[in-house]
Amino acid sequence: MKPKYLPLTATIVIFVLSYALCAAQYPNILSTRVIGNLLTDNAFLGIAAVGMTFVILSGGIDLSIGSVIAFTGVFLAVVLDNTAIHPLAAFALVLLITTLFGAVMGAIIHYLEMPAFIVTLAGMFLARGMAFVLSIDSIAIKHPFYGTMKALYYKLPGGGRITLIGGLMLLVFAIGILIAHRTRFGTDVYALGGGTATAKLMGVPVGRTTILIYALSGLLAGLSGIVFSLYTSAGYSLAAVGVELDAITAVVIGGTLLTGGSGFVAGTFIGILIQGLIQTYITFDGSLSSWWTKILIGLLLFVFILMQKGIVYVSRREQRHA
Amino acid sequence: MQTIGDSLLSATRIDKVFPGAKALDKVDFHLRRGEVHALLGENGAGKSTLVKCLTGAYRRDGGTILLEGVEVDPRDTFNAQKLGIGTVYQEVNLLPNLTVAENLFLGRQPRRLGLVDVGAMNRQARALLENYELDLDVTRALDSYSVAIQQVVAIARAVDLSGKVLILDEPTASLDAHEVEMLFRIIRRLKARGLGIVFITHFLEQVYEISDRITVLRNGQLVGTRDTATLERRDLISMMIGRELAAEIRAAREEPDVTGPVRYRFKDYGRKGHISPFDLDVKAGEVVGIAGLLGSGRTETAEILFGAHRADSGTAEVDGKPVQLSSPRRAIAHRFGFCPEDRKTAGIVGDLSVRENIVLALQARRGWTRPISRTEQNRLADHYIRALDIRTADREKPIRLLSGGNQQKAILARWLATEPEFLILDEPTRGIDVGAHAEIVRLIEGLREKGMSLLVISSEIEELVAYSTRIVVLRDRQHVAALEGNRITADQIIEAIASANERGAA
Repeated sequence: MKPKYLPLTATIVIFVLSYALCAAQYPNILSTRVIGNLLTDNAFLGIAAVGMTFVILSGGIDLSIGSVIAFTGVFLAVVLDNTAIHPLAAFALVLLITTLFGAVMGAIIHYLEMPAFIVTLAGMFLARGMAFVLSIDSIAIKHPFYGTMKALYYKLPGGGRITLIGGLMLLVFAIGILIAHRTRFGTDVYALGGGTATAKLMGVPVGRTTILIYALSGLLAGLSGIVFSLYTSAGYSLAAVGVELDAITAVVIGGTLLTGGSGFVAGTFIGILIQGLIQTYITFDGSLSSWWTKILIGLLLFVFILMQKGIVYVSRREQRHA
Repeated sequence: MQTIGDSLLSATRIDKVFPGAKALDKVDFHLRRGEVHALLGENGAGKSTLVKCLTGAYRRDGGTILLEGVEVDPRDTFNAQKLGIGTVYQEVNLLPNLTVAENLFLGRQPRRLGLVDVGAMNRQARALLENYELDLDVTRALDSYSVAIQQVVAIARAVDLSGKVLILDEPTASLDAHEVEMLFRIIRRLKARGLGIVFITHFLEQVYEISDRITVLRNGQLVGTRDTATLERRDLISMMIGRELAAEIRAAREEPDVTGPVRYRFKDYGRKGHISPFDLDVKAGEVVGIAGLLGSGRTETAEILFGAHRADSGTAEVDGKPVQLSSPRRAIAHRFGFCPEDRKTAGIVGDLSVRENIVLALQARRGWTRPISRTEQNRLADHYIRALDIRTADREKPIRLLSGGNQQKAILARWLATEPEFLILDEPTRGIDVGAHAEIVRLIEGLREKGMSLLVISSEIEELVAYSTRIVVLRDRQHVAALEGNRITADQIIEAIASANERGAA
């Protein structure tokens, strides 16, 4: 097997094994209801993690995601509460704002040659602050259109439901996979992760690609914010704190190298499912503290970081012997 | 002299000025269709600068470039590539994490319905590489292949993108003999297709094997362009360095007087798995040359003497007193110095300035509680930059910007600054060109005359003959022979290595 598939394979093996373990204990976990809920509950995180995958593949990081989700939620709540604008128009407006927000961060990273960490950290505070400016309170969204959208679902055999937002996440993953592996932009993202200087020498439009990557991450964070507001029917400026870290975790567990240049969008999907599965197991168990989610995820993350180091080491040695 | 007409690429009166230095002074360079043209010169002669002006990496300050008779002005390497001038560097400039096919077609992947047609891309990549005798799995990541293959992929990409002129900057530096042969077959094939190929190297044998013509630069000026077939190697060397190196090495050696007392005595010194126990005496004013094939234990000998690896048998004495050389710190305290073989990883600190690199070892010996004053640092750096003729714009330049030979001299300066009495040099002339080579040889002679004891490891037997007062021959991690006085000749050394081998086989 090619070394680049190793982390992804490991992730899939771990997921299948842990799913089998859970199913052995609670056969109900195999039901389509649980699977449908797994998708719905993790939809906003999954959508944001697709954007994060592109950012990390290019060798960058985006810390602003959680704040952008909160901003989007508050923005929608405030707009729908105070104006007669249709939710769909509000969605378009907020996506435009978050996409531009990401693009500006990308432009700063590229043109001012600043580390993505610090630029998006600033973006994180800025977006969270903007949410507070709009409203300090948690605002419920009571627009009837929200009810219509939440009632949309595709019924699976066995009673499970693929809700609108769960389906949207699957669609975003499918498009993300297509973009990563079947477009020139996707290859350019990998190229940046392989080495910006070399990529530039080979004619990759570094500036345009960087801006597009962060714009995409902003767009998907905005979309994730819309999904989150549908999911919670509210907007609150303190919501989604630390979601960027959950997204990074999903990306890394999904087998993408934090240094960039290697990994798969599909891996991130498995990473999301593993996190969701642990959560589901704890719900089924009922007696475990939900902090066990964090503990298990932490351990998994350690294992994956070690595994990646190991794979890098092994492939280096192979190359030396080649 | 050729006319412009048969020239593929024709650069005339190229000027390039850097702050404080004229890097190129009205240099002419004419490349014909279907020839391999070697571009030679010492470190700092202007080869790289000329290439960078041709490929647009630097903007030239004067002169014209004609490509197929049409004036061109490449703005950057990408633009040069579009015009038809492609470059492949020693460090492969491709992306190791992408597949071979993606590297070949990055930015111009075949598409269908707006999406990259991966199947077509892989097919085209395989077809392209067939011209280069390569049958690779083009869907594998580039870094799963050896440097030689990566180099060929880089050439394939450059030729496919540009297709008129191919510039190869030290392409063979990290390849073994077999890989060089493969590369040369490819170069000949491209030559037959009518490409003009510029070949930069410091391996003269390769120049004679592959090139049709040679252009030599020295100090930013054109020395001349000659046909390889009629240019004697000795004449080529004197064109490159402007001095008679050959004569220098062959000059009648005045037998140096090394009758002084033994200063360094190692008895039964050795380490399991590294080097068998050996005896070695070194006198003041003596250069002990270490000869042997690669892997015979030369570097291991140096490392154990310097304490980089601890000896597990035997004793060491300095001036008759037993000493423990258990770490480089201890060895330095006894005024040992060691220039390791791989200066990139074990020697220079690339981002530090020439000055900082020079004072590094001295500061380490003094300890951090006694910093060397800036004035003193400047004095030391200036002294050695002058004494060793280190070519740098100033002492604050990051050392990685210097050429290989000058980096080597700076490392030498680092150890000379600690005023060592026993200096160990591991391949001091590896990877530097002829001129710097001669200077380092002269330097070693000079240090010996001042009474220093030296131990020098080198693969170049002629060079060992030139400066050694005694030669120790190694084989299979053992010291197998010692040559002294008039027995020090290239023939004798080769015979010692060879006969040792016979003994080993028996």
